[in-house]
Amino acid sequence: MRYMLLMLASPDGEAEPDHSVPESDEPCWMPWYQEMIARDVVLVDGAQLQPATTATTVAVADGETLLSDGPFAETKEQIVGYNVIDVADLDEAVYVASRHPVAAHGGRIEIRPILPG
Amino acid sequence: MTDVDAAVAAAFQQEWGRVVATLIRMTGDWDLAEECAQDAFTTALARWPADGVPDRPGAWLTTTARNRALDKLRRSKNEAAKLKEAAMLSEPPEPADTGGSGVTDDRLRLIFTCCHPALSLEARVALTLRTLAGLTTAEIARAFLVPEATMAKRLVRAKHKIRDAGIPYRVPPAHLLPDRMTGVLSVLYLLFNEGYAATSGAELVRLDLCAEAIRLGRILAGLMPAEPETSGLLALMLLTDARRPARFDAGGDVITLDEQDRSRWNAAEIGEGLALLDAAIRHRRLGQYQLQAAIAACHARAADPADTDWAQIAALYGLLREVTPSAVVELNRAVAVAMADGPAAGLRLIDALESDGQLAGYHLLTATRADFLRRLGRLEEAAVSYRAALDMAATEPERRFLSRRLDEVTAARR
Repeated sequence: MRYMLLMLASPDGEAEPDHSVPESDEPCWMPWYQEMIARDVVLVDGAQLQPATTATTVAVADGETLLSDGPFAETKEQIVGYNVIDVADLDEAVYVASRHPVAAHGGRIEIRPILPG
Repeated sequence: MTDVDAAVAAAFQQEWGRVVATLIRMTGDWDLAEECAQDAFTTALARWPADGVPDRPGAWLTTTARNRALDKLRRSKNEAAKLKEAAMLSEPPEPADTGGSGVTDDRLRLIFTCCHPALSLEARVALTLRTLAGLTTAEIARAFLVPEATMAKRLVRAKHKIRDAGIPYRVPPAHLLPDRMTGVLSVLYLLFNEGYAATSGAELVRLDLCAEAIRLGRILAGLMPAEPETSGLLALMLLTDARRPARFDAGGDVITLDEQDRSRWNAAEIGEGLALLDAAIRHRRLGQYQLQAAIAACHARAADPADTDWAQIAALYGLLREVTPSAVVELNRAVAVAMADGPAAGLRLIDALESDGQLAGYHLLTATRADFLRRLGRLEEAAVSYRAALDMAATEPERRFLSRRLDEVTAARR
């Protein structure tokens, strides 16, 4: 099954680098990436997104397309990235999400099954 | 009720969950499974009077339900149904996969799936009662005091989420089992408590839910005998339920443990509960349910309240606090300590709890303080606390109990 993992985190969290871990050239998601490859998790796609200030939300009402400036959820958290994965079931998707650095740093990850197309 | 009606009713009690569980595995379709199980029982009502009750009613019902499912899938023009039919025909009666537990009973797959943490707690409870215990949507709605349409919607949503989000139909693998086991046990215990003490309203006990929780607890303990907490929970429910006949007076008022007529306790449930607990403890893997059952057992063993081993109970609450740190556990420990070492010792623990603030507004904390003050002869302060507790209590019988105590201390002061 394919799932989209939507990474939610508060943007202030991003501004404060974690100095408890030694600086390294390796991106913070690299250990996760390597573990998932070893586990045969299919990472279909994934990326970090521009900040939510660049977001546009689209809605259609009475045939009219309405645009609004900003993310769809008015919370302190924003969608900061996403991954599309292909795994056996929800338990495996939960595992993949639970291992992601965003989850480890206090963010939340929304798991959305992708409609088979 | 004729003999055949009784046989069908008994088969329903014993076999419903198994038939549905097997059909879900075979078809992967929860609605179809329920529908066909229902059909199988209807067929039994029509056929058993003439044909006689089969030797193995469960197997007969499963086969009938399976054939019904194949029939429905065959008649459907839909491609997905054709695939399901083909899959069903190649499906072995029990698959080789046994999860992490080595057990293959379909009811275990069903209960672990119904209690999957990706479902809301309400949905887990409702789904367990509907699919495993076979209660109707109307019965479940009544038990949880919600309109039937609300409950129907809740069940549909839960089943759709299982299907659409890819929640696996299986006993979780070994590394997930401890966590998921805790989840299943907490659903059963919630069910029991929901039945044992309604949170509000005049009706304090909803018997059916207690009986259902015990029935499901029996199934689970039978299926997972190597997990001592399953027996621990069943023992806890039995030992608690045993007191039910003595819990209320004729007017529906609560009778406290020390004032209950212990000859009215259910001896059979106590016997079974104690035996289960002894067997569970021998595994030497204590958990919250075994500890709570051990506390209930201390009460069950005391024919006279004066014989209660309060020091043992206080020690058990101390252990329980380490397993599940909670202010409510600490409150109960305070009660036990007060009984073992006197109300002054208990009051010190209550003071600590009050300054901690976690139980602010909880009527039992204030009622307990009132009780300790009363026993210390500090009647004026006791009256103040009883009045405060009275303002916070949610159910009528509890309020009547507190007013009675308040009258006692005010009368004693005059």
